[in-house]
Amino acid sequence: MSVPHVLLALLSEGPKFGLQLREEFEAGTGEVWPLNVGQVYKTLGRLERDGLAESDGTEQDGPQKRFRITADGREALAAWLRTPPDLTSPPRDELVMKVLVAARVPGTDAHEVIQAHRLYLLELMQQWTWLKDGEARNDLSLALVVDAELFRLDAVIRWLDAADTRLRRAADEPSRPAPAPAPAPQLRRLGARR
Amino acid sequence: MSVLQLRSVSKTYGQEPAQVHALITVDLSVRAGEMVAVMGPSGSGKSTLLTIAGSLEEPTSGEVLVCGMALAGMSPGRKARLRRRVIGYVFQDFNLLPGLTAVENTALPLELDGVPVPKARTAGLAALAKLGVADRAGRFPDQLSGGERQRVAIARAVVGDRRLLLADEPSGALDSVNAGEVMRLLHAACQQGVAAVVVTHDAQLAAWADRIVLLRDGRMTGNTTRPRGPESLLMPGQIR
Repeated sequence: MSVPHVLLALLSEGPKFGLQLREEFEAGTGEVWPLNVGQVYKTLGRLERDGLAESDGTEQDGPQKRFRITADGREALAAWLRTPPDLTSPPRDELVMKVLVAARVPGTDAHEVIQAHRLYLLELMQQWTWLKDGEARNDLSLALVVDAELFRLDAVIRWLDAADTRLRRAADEPSRPAPAPAPAPQLRRLGARR
Repeated sequence: MSVLQLRSVSKTYGQEPAQVHALITVDLSVRAGEMVAVMGPSGSGKSTLLTIAGSLEEPTSGEVLVCGMALAGMSPGRKARLRRRVIGYVFQDFNLLPGLTAVENTALPLELDGVPVPKARTAGLAALAKLGVADRAGRFPDQLSGGERQRVAIARAVVGDRRLLLADEPSGALDSVNAGEVMRLLHAACQQGVAAVVVTHDAQLAAWADRIVLLRDGRMTGNTTRPRGPESLLMPGQIR
């Protein structure tokens, strides 16, 4: 998450104090990602060092120090908004690993494992949906954040369904000669190496 | 009291060796005010469950009760009255009659049940108002957007004193925002005391339900259990 760029976005609305930035950050993101004030001042310090923000000159960090965005800061913000995040390498996903492992461990029913995770994710989606029907109805930022989470969880459930189907079909295929022992599951590196 | 009860319901089609077990000893109970979503892959038995719950098909074995009345042995006439007065249906493709206006479509089940036309139309208008489309009452289906047509379809399903709503992919043809609105409206109808069973393949829509039941190969394989209430699964700091 790029806290510096979100702070620049808030500063682009006008000069602000550190505490004010913390409150607006949290309100603007549906209060889903809390931000501590120390991190705010540290980030503002870096923005100032990099010439992307400037303060009113008071020496000490504190509630009296106001910050504003610079011309370089506006350019950096615009560039960040238009630059897609690096999505070339799939992140290590614990759930994917669990299903891969469950499919290999003798005596483990991978479908039961999938079902347990499916039910948990559905319950989580219910809770987010109830929140959307409640508080988020009048809070656009919260609604957007909740929607993002619901789409993410939905995608995970769709993958679980697809994995369930693949494993069933693989089990139904005619038996083949036993392959040579395979190494432990690895994620193939796609795109840029880490 | 349960509005709908399925007790060990099974449904089998055909004869051996080509027999199909569409449902296998399914138990389901839905209370007034409760929305239950039924999810499962194609062929899991979701639509069969709905047709049996709606008295459109009989189970091979087991019992079906609607508002405490057993459907087994019920005469066709009585079942038809049940379908007109107690059960409302919402279909994926809306199934509105193209030659009738929105209010005429909505009032139709009441008129078919013998309710005088003016009274039926008043009830239809009230149902449309609850769904936020009273101003579309005089429009024909092809003059309505997809979202508006689905609202009219829901109004038709809940008009009168319906107790049980059965919906088969009610948001299937809509974009995600409109689909979510349809589910919200269905849930709002439940809060008026209606019991609803919604079949859907879409987890985001199923998540509107009070309970989600999973079907596979005709069997119930699990269900969510957390009641609607404080968001206990969400991390501290994630909610206000």
